[in-house]
Amino acid sequence: MSRGDVEKQRKAPKPQPSATEDRWPEVSRRFPALQRSVNAHRLVYLDTAATAQKPDGVIAAQQEYYRSFNANVHRGIHTLAEEATAAYEHCRARAAQLVAAPSPSSLVITRNATASLNMVARGLEHTLHEGDEVLLTEMEHHANLVPWIMLAQRTGIVLRHIPITDDGKLDLSKLDELLTARTRIVSLMHVSNVLGTINPVAEVAEAAHARGATVVVDAAQSVGHLPVDMVELGVDALAYSAHKCYGPMGLGFLAAKPELLDLMEPMEGGGEMINEVFLDRATWAEPPLKFEAGTPNVASAAAFPAAVDMLEEIGLEAVRRHEEELAGYALERLSSLPGLVIYGPTDPAERGGLVSFHDPEVHPHDMATLLDQAGVAVRAGHHCAQPLHRRLGVVATTRASLGVYSSKSDVDALYEGIRFARRYFNP
Amino acid sequence: MSMDALDQLYREVILDHHRHPRGRHDIDRVDVEASGLNPSCGDEVTLQLQVEGDRITDVAVIGRGCAVSTASGSILAELVKGHTIEDARRIAEIFKRMMHGEDPPAETDLGDLEALTGVRQFPVRIKCALLPWVTLLDAAVARAEGRTGKTITTE
Repeated sequence: MSRGDVEKQRKAPKPQPSATEDRWPEVSRRFPALQRSVNAHRLVYLDTAATAQKPDGVIAAQQEYYRSFNANVHRGIHTLAEEATAAYEHCRARAAQLVAAPSPSSLVITRNATASLNMVARGLEHTLHEGDEVLLTEMEHHANLVPWIMLAQRTGIVLRHIPITDDGKLDLSKLDELLTARTRIVSLMHVSNVLGTINPVAEVAEAAHARGATVVVDAAQSVGHLPVDMVELGVDALAYSAHKCYGPMGLGFLAAKPELLDLMEPMEGGGEMINEVFLDRATWAEPPLKFEAGTPNVASAAAFPAAVDMLEEIGLEAVRRHEEELAGYALERLSSLPGLVIYGPTDPAERGGLVSFHDPEVHPHDMATLLDQAGVAVRAGHHCAQPLHRRLGVVATTRASLGVYSSKSDVDALYEGIRFARRYFNP
Repeated sequence: MSMDALDQLYREVILDHHRHPRGRHDIDRVDVEASGLNPSCGDEVTLQLQVEGDRITDVAVIGRGCAVSTASGSILAELVKGHTIEDARRIAEIFKRMMHGEDPPAETDLGDLEALTGVRQFPVRIKCALLPWVTLLDAAVARAEGRTGKTITTE
């Protein structure tokens, strides 16, 4: 095949399934953990926002690494080391492609999205001075709050926050005032892990760039659920985790523009991240290796491309349509339960595949225990977003989150489970 | 697990304490106060004790939580009133050990607290049951040190 043919093939539209064809049951069967039962019920897994289940392809690839070519990367000269290094670097290329990072060398392999966000905060510390400002939002996950709080404690920078509206969207009416001459960094989540809101990242990024600020996006809840393109979003850095998009545990990524990676200082020193080491001084390797001290999680890296393969095969547009349709169905069903408070935008087009709610009659912990008895796995608590919950006026919510394997019958099981919980507490 | 386990967790006496929690009143004089937090869910409880000599003469439990922590706080209010702080501390220690699988000493009267043993089958919920009691332990320390308690956590 010539290069031109490859291009043509790449650009050719993927065959779209007809409206009547239901491909999703087959997709769901690729996930072995979903075939088990819980408390004598079919497992209904509605906790994908915490971590997605893993398809057979990912599990097999991780096993294959340990069975066939386990070796440390980058240092060895032997065959296994070369194969392991090739697999690790293939992961970097695929992870970069998934979010349209400028190039594989613009992608740092980390432990998780939290580590990636910490890496940016710590890496830019030396560029910040007392009184400089970092703009965040009220809806952020602790992973995009605490690293900046720690930075503020060390440097005296000022943290500001974009407020949210009552329907759970960013209130951008004051964005012009919040962005000041001192704003150096703007960091925000792409999709809220509690409200489900898809934030207008491109709009915020444009305004931030007009003031010369660096823009960071926490894409932990969007990658793998909708098409994510760093260029379209117009951000300088993007953090995500493999495990939330059907990949293995213990693996995350920081995709960033080359000039930002050059500017950032490494957070950890050690093997792999150096160029030359003397007893009293050292020079760093070029990015991305500058940020990858020590032996990485090669097994997970070897497995992650299988998750990307699956997402590409299904098509992220199709994944998005599937989740949007199910989120709409969940909103419709749950709204019919009297008294149930549902958070976030009411239009499914404005939200990702998750729904958080509060039942004034049943505390989220009790709700989660009762739902678990019906085989329905949800998350209860503050979902690592305490400031947001304070804003919502509750200490905890119950969250149901969807994935490629989710179905209307899962939503029906949730609906029936909530009714069961209500009857149980108020017979 | 099954409906049986669920009914063991939410025994009728627990649901009754949850629906009609005791100790939800203002007390005349707050001699000791302590707050507890369950970081996994954000639930908070504040205990206020009125103490005459070393005897607890009134208890107020402030805060909202799940059925398990609300019931546990309600039982606490009922159980420790009239006891000395040392007795209350001892009950809290016995309850903690009980939640981690030990049988309580035979002679101890734990009142409705026995009904919370069903929680043991739901390990993640043990913290909910313990929240008011670890707060009480801090209140006892605070009293001994002559200060108001700090916010302690179930971690």
